[in-house]
Amino acid sequence: MNPYLVLSLLLFLVGTTGFIVKKNVLAMFLCVELMLNAANLAFVAFARDLGHLQGQIFVFLVMVVAAAEAAVGLAIMIVLYRRRQTLNPDDADTMKG
Amino acid sequence: MMTELLWLLPLVPLAGAAATGLLGRRLPKRAVTLVACGASGAAFVLALAAFLELLSLAPGDRRIERELFTWIAAGDFTAKAALLLDPLSAVMTLVVTGVGFIIHIYSIGYMRAQEGYYRFFAYMNLFLFSMLVLVLAGNFLLMFVGWEGVGLCSYLLIGYDFHRPAAADAGKKAFIVNRIGDFGFILGILLVFLTFGDLGFGRVFGEIAAAPSRFPPEAGIGVLTAIALLLFVGAMGKSAQIPLHVWLPDAMEGPTPVSALIHAATMVTAGVYMVVRCAPLFSRAPVALDVVLVVGSATALMAATIGLAQTDIKRVLAYSTVSQLGFMFMAAGAGAFSAGIFHLMTHAFFKALLFLGAGSVIHALAGEQDLRRMGGLRRRIPVTFWTMLVAALAISGIFPLAGFFSKDEILWAAWAGGHPAVWILGLLTAGLTGLYMFRLIFLAFFGEPRHAEGAHPHESPPSMTGPLVALALLSAAGGFIGLPAWLGANRFARFLEPSLSLAHRGEAPHFSHALEFAFAALSVAVALAGIFAAHRIYLARPGAAGRIAARWGAIHRLLRDRYRFDEFYDRAVVRPLLGLSERTLWLRVDVGVIDRCVNGAGSSMVSLGALLRGMQNGLIRSYAAWIVAGMAAVLLYLSLLRS
Amino acid sequence: METLVFYLFGGIALLAAVSVVAQKRVFYSALSLILCLGSVAVLFLALEAPFIAAVQIIVYAGAIMVMVLFVIMMLDPFSAAAARDKRRRLTCLAAALGLVALVVMFTLMRAHDPAALPVDAGGVPLAAAPVSRLGQLLFTRFLIPFEATSILILVAIMGVVVLARKRS
Repeated sequence: MNPYLVLSLLLFLVGTTGFIVKKNVLAMFLCVELMLNAANLAFVAFARDLGHLQGQIFVFLVMVVAAAEAAVGLAIMIVLYRRRQTLNPDDADTMKG
Repeated sequence: MMTELLWLLPLVPLAGAAATGLLGRRLPKRAVTLVACGASGAAFVLALAAFLELLSLAPGDRRIERELFTWIAAGDFTAKAALLLDPLSAVMTLVVTGVGFIIHIYSIGYMRAQEGYYRFFAYMNLFLFSMLVLVLAGNFLLMFVGWEGVGLCSYLLIGYDFHRPAAADAGKKAFIVNRIGDFGFILGILLVFLTFGDLGFGRVFGEIAAAPSRFPPEAGIGVLTAIALLLFVGAMGKSAQIPLHVWLPDAMEGPTPVSALIHAATMVTAGVYMVVRCAPLFSRAPVALDVVLVVGSATALMAATIGLAQTDIKRVLAYSTVSQLGFMFMAAGAGAFSAGIFHLMTHAFFKALLFLGAGSVIHALAGEQDLRRMGGLRRRIPVTFWTMLVAALAISGIFPLAGFFSKDEILWAAWAGGHPAVWILGLLTAGLTGLYMFRLIFLAFFGEPRHAEGAHPHESPPSMTGPLVALALLSAAGGFIGLPAWLGANRFARFLEPSLSLAHRGEAPHFSHALEFAFAALSVAVALAGIFAAHRIYLARPGAAGRIAARWGAIHRLLRDRYRFDEFYDRAVVRPLLGLSERTLWLRVDVGVIDRCVNGAGSSMVSLGALLRGMQNGLIRSYAAWIVAGMAAVLLYLSLLRS
Repeated sequence: METLVFYLFGGIALLAAVSVVAQKRVFYSALSLILCLGSVAVLFLALEAPFIAAVQIIVYAGAIMVMVLFVIMMLDPFSAAAARDKRRRLTCLAAALGLVALVVMFTLMRAHDPAALPVDAGGVPLAAAPVSRLGQLLFTRFLIPFEATSILILVAIMGVVVLARKRS
């Protein structure tokens, strides 16, 4: 049992919990980054375990995507703040029903 | 020649019905008349040709069977459309087409002013077709097709003026009561098939006659008796015997030619025809024959008593028809099948005449049907009067008119067959017949005029009086082909003999001709007594009728209310059914269960949706929680699956 | 040695992660996340992925988190305007997830047989893998994903510009 995987899982769970519980969109975003990080850790652990570089390649790609997602997500949050003056995700419930 | 063209006989009226029914609306009245009356006239000519061809054959060979096509072929069961022409069906077709044609002519004048002239004639032709199918059928199934067809036409024609609720209701009543009888009929047919494996008359009756050990005359209730009784239930419905007679008086709501043709001369006699056709069957089922006898005689008497107390001219005639039908069944029940058919024929003549004459009276008085508001019409509408007088004498059984010969033969058969009680009932009924019939004559044609002011009684046009005269001649002279033994040869019975050859004949005791003559004289005397009584009560002493009615008030009311059959049926059958339908079947089953299922399916979907909608609360975090929960479940499942 | 590094920095990472969630103020959450990222970078080193560790520091902790901090500073950094996070819900959720995680872990790990997993044919053993090997792979075998990510970045740039500009 690879301890790194355990750690990765724990980090992931923390991130998930935080995502669900936090009432600030920025905080939720930070938790998403945490989850992505946990995934990266798992990939690298597997890369070392299996003895080839594919895992690391994937981590590279994940990071690129995370960067892009961070940019766009933050832009959305800014727009949200401008529109509604709030960073509480519960206030954005026009999709209710 | 006719053997090849037999199928033309029923087909010609069918073509007439199709033509008038489909095109009649756009055709002028004259064209419709031409087509319809032409069709029925052509049918009569064809019937005549068939009859003559039959005569040209030797008596033993008088049987033409034609198979038209195979109708049903299902496994072991095949049903063919087969026609049978033998003396019995020849007589019936002549009566049907002959009287039918005469009535068609009459209808030209009578229905002239009616809306939907073409529709009437279309239905009448359709009726001719169905009736011809019925009497020419060579097997039970095809006969049943005709049976149902005439029931349908009866419904259509009774409810011809369907805007009137009374007429529409009467049509429905006729059809529904008929249906009850038909239920028994169908069961009978099924039983025939189960027993014999075939439905053709030739096969079935041949098998019965050919195996006396297998089908002996039954002592109790065997399979033959069961079949016979079930078939008779159908006859009771169609021929308005008690207790299924209630539809016939109501059927008088239809136009008078309809009453004359369908409810006097032809359709109602279908039951009699059927019983006589199945004589090989009935004659070997004594219990069934006894039932027929009892029902027939009881009906004859009861109906005659009711007719005594009715005030509507057509209703008197309706109950008279029921009574005379009872006579025909009485004949069949006593084993005198040819006598029954003979009376069927003569009755067709004078009853049709009576109805057409009544129609003429009603026409003369511009729609008046109540006897109490007639009177003194004798000189105003002489042709109608004289022809109706002939018919009344005929039906009362006065020598030498047709009714005497046929009715007398029945009464004699009852006595000679060993049923003295029935004979007494028949005699009594004959007396009552004279009484109520001449009550009608005296009230309508004699005495002081009681009709409404402004009505100018005038004789009907020749298109109506011509048929009256024709039928009067037939009523007068028609009896001579069936002379009783003490007067000569009964050519009618001899002609019918081949059709009844397979019937079982018991030992017939012989009586002297003098005794027969005495009985005949007795029946004439009883009828004359009835006529005389009618004269005394309704003509000679005004007010006598009222006094008698007052003294025997309870009985009079019972008769006037027709023994309250309808009320009884209403309470015992109709209301419970309605209640069942409304309170249980509609309310509990239809609304409670079915609607609830359907609506419940819908509303449960809505509630389920409302439940699930809770998930869609617009909160991102809640969505995330659901995603995680789903993910956890999948992982759990997979991991448990792995291990 | 590796075990020590693992436990030390793994523990720091975990604590930092919990701190991300537990902090009331989002600014402090961001800072905790930076700490966590750093610890994970060290772990990458321990896992013989030096390039990845470097990229983690440079890109993730350096660029992304800085951007996040900018935005936080722009939008109300110290407000406690957000309502209190529900503690109980948090612990319940955490407990449930933890249970699931343990179950998953045990079952998956028990079934996991490293020898049965396919080894990449073009793979190079890590011990003899310089960073250049990573670059070679990126531009040969994984060229298409690489180019796709460049398109992705382009799209992201356009999106951000469109989204975040001031309406005039």
